[in-house]
Amino acid sequence: MLPEFGYGVLLVSFIVTVYSGFAAWYGVQNKSASLVESARRAQLLTFPLLTIAAGVLIYLLVNDHYEVSFVYEVTSRSMPTYLKVTAWWGGQAGSLLFWAWLLAMFTSAVTIRKWDRDLEFLPWVIVVSAITLAFFIGMVVFYENPFTRFWDVGGEVVPSFFAPSATATVFTPQDGQGLNPLLRHPGMVIHPPMLYLGFVSFVIPYAFAMAALITGRTDDRWIRITRRWTLWAWLFLSMGLVLGGRWAYDVLGWGGYWGWDPVEIAAFMPWLTGTAFLHSVMIQEKRGLLKHWNMILIILTYALVVFGTFLTRSGVLSSVHAFANSPIGPLFMGFVSLTLIASVALLIKRWPELKSETEMKSMLSREALFLLNNLLFIGILIVCFWGVISPLASELFTGTKITVGPPYYERATGPLFAGLLFLMAIAPLSAWGHSTVQTLGRVLWKSALAASILTVVLVFTYTKNIYALIGFFLISFVLFATVHEFWRGANARMKTQNENFFAALGRLMGRNRRRYGGYIIHISMALMAIGILGIEIFQMETQGTVASGESLELSEYRVEYRELASWDDFGAGVNYTRSVVDIYENGIFIGQLFPRIDYYYDSQQNMTIPGQHATLKDDLYILLVDWQPTSNEGATFKVYVNPLVNWMWIGSLTFLFGLMFAAWPDKDPADEPVRRKVSAGDRQTSAAD
Amino acid sequence: MKNYKLRITNYALFALVLIALTGLFYQTASAQDTTPTDDDVNAIAKQLYCPVCENTPLDVCPTEACRQWRELIRQMLAEGKTEQEIKDYFVANYGARVLSEPPRTGFNWLVYIVPPVLILVGAYILFNSFRAWIKPRAVESVSGPVKEAKPSSSDDEYVKRLEEELKNRK
Repeated sequence: MLPEFGYGVLLVSFIVTVYSGFAAWYGVQNKSASLVESARRAQLLTFPLLTIAAGVLIYLLVNDHYEVSFVYEVTSRSMPTYLKVTAWWGGQAGSLLFWAWLLAMFTSAVTIRKWDRDLEFLPWVIVVSAITLAFFIGMVVFYENPFTRFWDVGGEVVPSFFAPSATATVFTPQDGQGLNPLLRHPGMVIHPPMLYLGFVSFVIPYAFAMAALITGRTDDRWIRITRRWTLWAWLFLSMGLVLGGRWAYDVLGWGGYWGWDPVEIAAFMPWLTGTAFLHSVMIQEKRGLLKHWNMILIILTYALVVFGTFLTRSGVLSSVHAFANSPIGPLFMGFVSLTLIASVALLIKRWPELKSETEMKSMLSREALFLLNNLLFIGILIVCFWGVISPLASELFTGTKITVGPPYYERATGPLFAGLLFLMAIAPLSAWGHSTVQTLGRVLWKSALAASILTVVLVFTYTKNIYALIGFFLISFVLFATVHEFWRGANARMKTQNENFFAALGRLMGRNRRRYGGYIIHISMALMAIGILGIEIFQMETQGTVASGESLELSEYRVEYRELASWDDFGAGVNYTRSVVDIYENGIFIGQLFPRIDYYYDSQQNMTIPGQHATLKDDLYILLVDWQPTSNEGATFKVYVNPLVNWMWIGSLTFLFGLMFAAWPDKDPADEPVRRKVSAGDRQTSAAD
Repeated sequence: MKNYKLRITNYALFALVLIALTGLFYQTASAQDTTPTDDDVNAIAKQLYCPVCENTPLDVCPTEACRQWRELIRQMLAEGKTEQEIKDYFVANYGARVLSEPPRTGFNWLVYIVPPVLILVGAYILFNSFRAWIKPRAVESVSGPVKEAKPSSSDDEYVKRLEEELKNRK
């Protein structure tokens, strides 16, 4: 009964979504305000409807309704309740519903904002978001139904939603297969929602961009309205990526957090265009330039969001041919292509109206440097996109499978990332409109000098690796230049306002949160870069089999194997094999670690949990690879030393803080007056955003 | 005395040759004896991709099949095969997908050529647009003095600008 109810609600929400899109479109064509209002209410209704459908699915998951095939695939009796709930996004059908539910939440939220001054956008925002929402709900309703049940048809078990024949009875398996153990980690519980939130929230700025193109109101209003949305979208997407990295580091057992896997890249690509977009919209707000480019970037971001979902959901990555076997792949491909063509057609139609209001003055102006930053982001996107696509192309056209792995990505993106760091140091200090080598040099020479001195010190104390040194120079340049900018601003206020340093700094940051939040994010990026450099260039590893009392040595660490124990937890359906190792640094005992392997009986899968000793200097990361039945015969360990890697996580936390600082809602900025009519002269002298 | 010295030198020379020779024998003997370490195996496995799992390097792949492949590498190393020979063996048996990067032949060249070409095209477009944007101003500055061309020279100006921004922030 419940599955029928859940499916019924899904069907209704699909109809309501299609209605809202159609009513909004028809209403605006016929200037019927009441029809548009009806569309808006329909849009609002989709969220509670999908919440009910999701609630039904969660109820089925939690209460072991294994007659439902999705429940059977992702849960088992031994799983704790919270994991049964999060199993909602642990499989195909559920995660598509989850996507749709989040999108409905965002589109509903956007329809209840005050529309007084932007009423002409409203119907078109509804149309665009309804099309996207209808696509995802349609996918769930017609192709990936999470409420499909098992039926016993004359002894044969068939999955189907409706009874396949009159005599068929519902078949209920004793227990489910259980969630993939890799997905039971807390990082994996939060990572997909974050990523999906990031994905769906980029739909909102896209919808407004399309509304601006359709209505012809092509000033920067759409950008101002969606400023916060974009920041939050970016926050979620970034956090999703970082959590995914942390999850990989803790669970996948290969000593790293980022393997340039196509699934990772699928989520990374919209982040790249989104980041470029965040920067280039500022140029349009400040200088009225780059209107075309901003449209292109948001269209690309939207396309990549759907494309990323397609890559991870259609099975195309394992084989081009798997893609054709499920209806999901071609439908996604069709949807991406259609929306892309429609958006580009609209953009071309409005091309002449999107002319720049002023012109570029200098190659060193902030807007010029921002454009260079955009080029680098797009460059990285090209490398990533091509790296994901070419194995598919190779399989399709030549029939041979190829792997495009880390060496390709590292070689190609390394210089581009270095370029981004350099721009991060100099661009915030260049002025809008106009900068010269002299003006830039005056504000930067101290930071450049400090970074150079630090680099020379590093040559004598830490490394002579040229790539590492270039990296450390750029990172310290960013850090010094950014901190100097904080100091310079606060100092200036101290002089003029007679404030003490902290009051001055606080006021300065509080009054322009987006700008200084942005600087904090730059600092966090530099910190993360330290971690990336550390693990990329200085990672060390060794592997060996040792008997109890024997040790492995790596760098200044010694890892001594003590003992090993193996036991069953029948309640959880897991066998644990846990080793005990003593660790010594330069001969001094610093602690014990417990690398272990968990074997999950229901899914017959191993999970390797490393023992980690984390310091700011490095991570000692020990994996239990293999063991002999009796511990005195020995166990095999793989030991990594990952220098500086923890700066990655410190940087991530700083990043989160910076973004919250920039994006935390005060009074709705969209409700503040539309951009004052500023004369061109005024605009050019304004130095910052 | 002289003779004696010569004799010592001769003995020393003889001893040296002997040591060198035994050393040589010892070296070859030990090369045959020692089985390759896990690190030797991993150094090669790292560059190969698991032929069955998606996008998993062979050195970290936990499946039983991969454990056997690592043993195979160890065996081949013990037989004196070089790194290149081992990699070639894997490519011959499981296809180019076991390499972390496609070999630079035929169709695969596209993998390496397309990104730099596209990025260069992007850079060219950007550079051209810059020139197009900047040109009108060059003409303008001939026709009359342009205020903002003066670099903001003093700290006062910076303070003024900062204050103005804070006041005017929208």
